[in-house]
Amino acid sequence: MEFIGYMGDVFTPINFALLLIGTIGGLILGATPGLSPTMAVALLIPFTFKLDATQGLILLGAAYTSTVAGGAVSAILLKIPGAPANIATTLDGHTMARNGQGAKALQLSFLASLVGGVFGVMLLIFLTPVLAQWALAFGPSHLFWLAILGVTVIGSLDSSSVVKGLLSGCIGLWLATIGFDDIMGAQRFIFHDAVAGGINIIPALIGLFAIPQVITMFANGRKPSEAEVLSVERHPIRKAISEVARRTRALSIGTAVGSFIGLIPGVGGQIAGLVAYDQSKKVSSERAKFGTGHSEGIIAAESANNAMVGPSLVPLLTLSIPGSPTAAVLLGGLLIHGIFPGSDLFDNHPQVAWTFINSMLIGQIMMCIFGLYVAGLAARVAQVPNAVMAAVVLGLAVFGSYSVQHSMGDVYVMAALGTGMYFLERFGFSAAPLVLGLILGPIAEANFVQGSMIANATSNLGTYFLTGPLNLTLIGIVVASIVYSVWMELRHRRYTTKDEAVAKEEALS
Amino acid sequence: MRKLIAAASMALLSLTGAASADDHGNYPERPLMMMVSYGAGGATDFQARIVTMTAGNEDALGMPIAIINKPGAGGRVGWNWFATQAEADGYTLGAYNIPHFIAQSIEGGVSYSADSFEPIANWGADPAVFVVAADSPFNSMEDVVNYAKENPGQLTFSGAGLFVGHHIAALQLEKAAGVKLAYIPNNKGGAGAMKAVIAGEVLGGVNNLSDAFRAREAGNVKILGVFDLERNDFLPDVPTMAEQGFDIDNSSVNFRGVMVPKGTPQPIIDKLAATVPEMFKNGRVAKKMKAGGSPMHIMTRDEVLEMWAAREETLQELLSGL
Repeated sequence: MEFIGYMGDVFTPINFALLLIGTIGGLILGATPGLSPTMAVALLIPFTFKLDATQGLILLGAAYTSTVAGGAVSAILLKIPGAPANIATTLDGHTMARNGQGAKALQLSFLASLVGGVFGVMLLIFLTPVLAQWALAFGPSHLFWLAILGVTVIGSLDSSSVVKGLLSGCIGLWLATIGFDDIMGAQRFIFHDAVAGGINIIPALIGLFAIPQVITMFANGRKPSEAEVLSVERHPIRKAISEVARRTRALSIGTAVGSFIGLIPGVGGQIAGLVAYDQSKKVSSERAKFGTGHSEGIIAAESANNAMVGPSLVPLLTLSIPGSPTAAVLLGGLLIHGIFPGSDLFDNHPQVAWTFINSMLIGQIMMCIFGLYVAGLAARVAQVPNAVMAAVVLGLAVFGSYSVQHSMGDVYVMAALGTGMYFLERFGFSAAPLVLGLILGPIAEANFVQGSMIANATSNLGTYFLTGPLNLTLIGIVVASIVYSVWMELRHRRYTTKDEAVAKEEALS
Repeated sequence: MRKLIAAASMALLSLTGAASADDHGNYPERPLMMMVSYGAGGATDFQARIVTMTAGNEDALGMPIAIINKPGAGGRVGWNWFATQAEADGYTLGAYNIPHFIAQSIEGGVSYSADSFEPIANWGADPAVFVVAADSPFNSMEDVVNYAKENPGQLTFSGAGLFVGHHIAALQLEKAAGVKLAYIPNNKGGAGAMKAVIAGEVLGGVNNLSDAFRAREAGNVKILGVFDLERNDFLPDVPTMAEQGFDIDNSSVNFRGVMVPKGTPQPIIDKLAATVPEMFKNGRVAKKMKAGGSPMHIMTRDEVLEMWAAREETLQELLSGL
């Protein structure tokens, strides 16, 4: 309960002003395509040079929480996921916005973010020592199995066909091998300097999601019927709150998956949203509605990616190891004020530590209030004529890809992947499994290589990867996930063939 | 229209003419850019931001330096760009990491070598140290080597990757102690390697002195030895490898500094070489670096040239056995 004692520090005039700047600035930066939370926080670090440690961290903490939520804005309105965390949000969120329900989608996403985010920070406050052990428990073999668990999600993520889902997942896995390999330094598939560092995930995301849509809009641009103005539904906040409250299952799955997977260093943040989306789809009674603008999809994805914010800082704050790229940037922000995370932080600078954590808590609430306030206005983006929209999205896509590493190479990668994806989509492939393959490939590979090096030196591959309670548990979940997918697929098939048979009989009679 | 274009090209021509006739007496006339080949938030990026923060002062360059990150493939992406595409106009600086880029150029597959760059000054030296988890039975390098002698090839220890300072230190240790060790390169850099040690995935690890110092303050690791010629001010109680009877020099020490691409005009190099080391000596810089646990080591251009040549020679010899 120590944190309550320092709550007052957040509300001194200067600190609260910084909190507001961080929150609003974070929302804007987060909504800008290409500016991931990591980059947004890195951009703000120079501003903290002149502030004292507590004030600097309030700014960074508020910005971190709100950029994660802000990423949902471009995911929903423009179908450009701001960061890997927002991929799952595009699936239902953008469809909703296309149907004129953008305001509803944004409200749901901000409310779900608030619930997930507050839960995550609460975990950080009360369970830090326990969580630190959990974060350390995952060695190379466990991370390998976790990545394989992610791969099992690939098939069921694509609603149209399991085989096509798996195929596009394989394309993603192949794309992930391009570049210098992380461990041995071998060069693979480098035919141009632009891909020497591998395919960067942010330009890939922008290309795969935004470009096919831009091409479609340009292609349809000349048809006059397409230009008709979409009516944007107003959606009272009251209704959004009751909707979120009604979807407790999606909300709790999202929050739980987000906080526990998000905690695992290096893996969690990127896949938490997608895994939560997939899990809530599997247990939902309205499974068929997922992908068509269903509220559960948005709620699960957004509560998961904000629930991750608090726990993802646990390894940094307790063990002084940054568990995610954003945590690494925050570490820089702490060091510049001469504060070492770890026991030193809570023992000698409790005011800094707790004020920082409190600022994330209050930041979540402020983020939600501002988000809800602008949701109605932002949703009008859907009324912009297609031709204009396509040009704007294309401009943002180029800007976003370039700004990641100041490299034209990334823009070429974005354009090439996007054009390729346009044709793949014509054949019924979708982008989400492909991106998941791109994310999981390096995790599975690097951990397998590392694990096998350790295994060869100490015992042997079999005992290293296949024994131990955590390995066995993860393997169990992998098997269960595959069996479940196969079973659903078979059941689904039987029904369709039966329906088809009935239809055929009727046609014949 | 045609007249306009003609006039514009004339103006452009005279501009470039003026620039080439310039003896760079007014340099720098606009803000400079410094390329860091690691991501925002990494140790190199963090230190580069601190040491360049006073560049805008009148007694320094009088113009600010902006940091541009070009991360990827252990620094290769950034240095490739710096060697082949960066403009040699004096406004594009780069940060170097020794022994990383020299080791990579010896390994091959990159378009740079020590000859592609002109050093300006060195700001920091971060030696490698040997760490074990706080609850490890090892209490000295002797314990570690004895274990390795009894279990050849089974002593697993982590480091930030292949062909970086940690790897060089690992090779030196193997050679000096005459044992076979299992070096496990980590794909998440120094932070990932440190996590592997603390979580007990490996028996020990080579890591940066600054990160290890922080981890020890947090009570997570023991530091058994420094891969340097003398003890470090941050860790006066930790003996060097040589003190513990291993013939290991400072080849693995991670030197960080500023360089420019080959072909940068000599007057600019001279001006930078005179100003930049003074800029690093600023009291505010020293204070921030000390607060962050980053050891400073300022060297002038001549000293760096000598250090690069010496490194090139040792690394050639050490890596030829691979």
